[in-house]
Amino acid sequence: MTAKARRHSGISMQRRELLRLAAAFPALTVAGRLFAAPTSPARFLLVFLRGGYDCANFLIPYASSDYYEARPRIAIARPDASAPTGALALDAEWALAPAAREALAPLYEQHQLAFVPFAGTDDLSRSHFETQDSIELGEPSQGQHDFGSGFMGRLVQVLGSSGPIAFTDALPLTFKGGADIPNVSLKGIGKAAFDARQASLLSGMYAEHHLESAVADGLELRQEVALAMADEMRAANRGAINTKGFALEAERMGKLMRDQYRLGFVDVGGWDTHVNEGGAKGALANNLDNLSRGLMSFSQAMGEQWRDTVVVVVSEFGRTFRENGNSGTDHGHGSVYWVLGGAISGGRVAGEQIAVGRATLFQDRDYPVLNDYRAVLGGLFRPIWGLSSGQLERVFPQVRPLDLKLV
Amino acid sequence: MATPRDISALNRWRLLAALAIGAAVLAGGCASAPTHSELTTSRADVLWLNRMTYGVNTQILADYQRRGRTDWLDSQLTGRDAVLAPDIASQINLLDVVHADAAQLLAASNAEYKRINALADGPEKEQARKTLNERGNALAYQAARRDLLRAIYSPAQLQEQLAWFWLNHFNVAQSKGSIRWLIGDYEEHAIRPHVLGRFRDLVMATLTHPAMLQYLDNAQNAVNHINENYARELMELHTLGVAAGYTQNDVQNLARILTGVGINAGGPQPQLRPAWQGLYRRNGAFEFNPARHDFSSKMLLGHTIRGQGFAEVEQAADILVHEPACAKFISRKLAVYFVADEPPPALVERMAATFSRTDGDIAAVLRVMFAAPEFSASLGGKFKDPMHFVVSALRLGYDTRPILNTHPVANWLNALAEPLYGHQTPDGYALTEAGWASSGQMSRRFEIARAMASPNAGLFEPEDGSIAGSAGFPQLSNRIYFAAVEPLLSQRTRNSLDATTSQQEWNTLLLSSPEFNYR
Repeated sequence: MTAKARRHSGISMQRRELLRLAAAFPALTVAGRLFAAPTSPARFLLVFLRGGYDCANFLIPYASSDYYEARPRIAIARPDASAPTGALALDAEWALAPAAREALAPLYEQHQLAFVPFAGTDDLSRSHFETQDSIELGEPSQGQHDFGSGFMGRLVQVLGSSGPIAFTDALPLTFKGGADIPNVSLKGIGKAAFDARQASLLSGMYAEHHLESAVADGLELRQEVALAMADEMRAANRGAINTKGFALEAERMGKLMRDQYRLGFVDVGGWDTHVNEGGAKGALANNLDNLSRGLMSFSQAMGEQWRDTVVVVVSEFGRTFRENGNSGTDHGHGSVYWVLGGAISGGRVAGEQIAVGRATLFQDRDYPVLNDYRAVLGGLFRPIWGLSSGQLERVFPQVRPLDLKLV
Repeated sequence: MATPRDISALNRWRLLAALAIGAAVLAGGCASAPTHSELTTSRADVLWLNRMTYGVNTQILADYQRRGRTDWLDSQLTGRDAVLAPDIASQINLLDVVHADAAQLLAASNAEYKRINALADGPEKEQARKTLNERGNALAYQAARRDLLRAIYSPAQLQEQLAWFWLNHFNVAQSKGSIRWLIGDYEEHAIRPHVLGRFRDLVMATLTHPAMLQYLDNAQNAVNHINENYARELMELHTLGVAAGYTQNDVQNLARILTGVGINAGGPQPQLRPAWQGLYRRNGAFEFNPARHDFSSKMLLGHTIRGQGFAEVEQAADILVHEPACAKFISRKLAVYFVADEPPPALVERMAATFSRTDGDIAAVLRVMFAAPEFSASLGGKFKDPMHFVVSALRLGYDTRPILNTHPVANWLNALAEPLYGHQTPDGYALTEAGWASSGQMSRRFEIARAMASPNAGLFEPEDGSIAGSAGFPQLSNRIYFAAVEPLLSQRTRNSLDATTSQQEWNTLLLSSPEFNYR
């Protein structure tokens, strides 16, 4: 096995020692005990919307007549004070999509939500997969780089004990290089399948194997999730669960991040709206509704810890400003990021901005990027954990952080 | 370290294993059934066969020993003698999807959706829609059942892996639009005939199939109503790779070339002006409609393409598959699947040179790859993706004995996040260990191992609901185990196996072991 494939670190070795002890004394395997306690109460969740969501039909540039001309079939009507279920004006330029209004308007009014338009990368491939990868890696765009790690992985290294977790089927690229990052999909949960003896037989086969820690972590996390969700499973057995979809998943994420984990990642798919994306209602609106409700249930499940929490929602790119021939939109460039948190200075549209219109389009096609994703995230990370310049440089080499004064 | 309990456990399972061998030999009965000693194969042969197949079974071992490696590989690369056992073939032949005409299915389901949409909102409409969707899903399931039965039982194991590989490369998802009605036809007629043939034929077969045209929205791509989704992925994912140097202009021009390439499910031929009538094309539900085509000339990757209808598409396909980037992109992807997550660049170079020299002859490229020392050196080092994991477990557990019910198999693949026809985005499933061996995936895999190791997995309950015979535990400690699995086990794995306290636990651990999870 290659050196790269081995993922040993000081912390994980210590954990492995604890696991051996735990195997001998099963009573020690109580949820969370084995994971080193994070030193900071701060919590951060990155939500990645895969597929390039159409930000212009989420944060509507309603002051732009070009927007209405460019989207004759899918534009969302201007906010109207007499239409309480229509778009909600946030300021003189921007309005919130009707589909997200119910869940997000209260957060915005309480200054727990902000938007950063014209955000993104300078990757111009307009390829989903290329651009997602480049964002997750978080390398400087100038020159050739290969750190073999993602920015969340480097953040884990810098923070030491940070309680990282990915709420995904597979470990996302952004956690690469972080050593022993657990992941678990919370779409469906159930009773853990193995008892401590069986878990130790399974782990035993992988001793000294490069998957050793993945196997040990996976078995342990499975037990933890089963314990943490025991209440929910009892409620489900009584048929008492009303939430579904991402809202249910996000509620489960909230429980885990409230109690044990502090650095989370989740991705949500289905945003590649080339055909019939809809306007105030339709495919995109349904997705926005699902996402917004999920983030609301996450904030509620966090309880008092919501005040220590920051959530950032990103996507690989925006979409074409003009609708295409099929009442959809094609791959674009600049996006709108969301920042949420119990104690942020939100309730505003932040960052560098420009009037939306045909004249200001990038390549006469889509939104320009004025707020680089590394600068935005770096500007948030520094105050969240009090990172030094040197530490931030390790997470985002050569970054010039943008302080949006949100945290 | 063995305690008395360990020893008794060990003896008990060894005894069961011996009984299983006896039973299998007795059940085989006839004189041609290979004996235990005949199945003795070198460790190198086993590792090689495990990479060439979805896992060794007695049929493969016997065939390999009879023919020798060269002849066996020839037969795999040419599809010679690839005859399904009659009991599997007859199961497949019972499926509607085998006999259905995709164009008719699409026309009928479109008409039914239209009728339902016109109904007044209410429970009747909901029920009608649900019924229709269920029929479509049942048809897609039948396609998956056919695919799984072939993967588990076909002697043409290389072709089976390639069918999965190319389906994944030219991915479509059954959940989008009407694709559930088309997916069986797509696999059978766009993918399978070409898996060992010319790469260009795969490109054209997928390009003219309604499933792909719907999946990547080209059915809606028309002059002055450009949709560039398919054009982009055709270059990025199907032929050139993202870093091949094409530009946004190339994407837009290829989209214009592809205008009019679409679907006509049973509708009348469009009224066309005389000059266009000779340019009209139709085959099943595929249609090229000149009235929707952009006839201006275009530049693609530095070549001028004169507006002339579908011939432009043929010309564009020629340009794409003859780009050096395409030879390299496809060769590398094959090597990632069959050799290593990071295949040796020198091997990829040789494969790409063969690809270019032979005009994209897939079998020729594979031949170079399988003959390479880099290939031999890589054996045993590829982590099994869920499809390999599940199918190889069934081949070990049941050998050539036909399972009756493939629903549990489809459910296991679903739980492992790799269902057939289920990947939503056009990039297809990951081919590397990093995509499948995270902590959450390992624990999920062990749970599926436990389900597969169970006597109640449901594999022998007929799908028509008729009364099932009892299946019993899969006998994993069988002839194949001793020939092809046991010799590879590490001492650590043996220790854990010896410490098990039931057969289900022993089975679970064997299927979870590192040795079983690599190929």
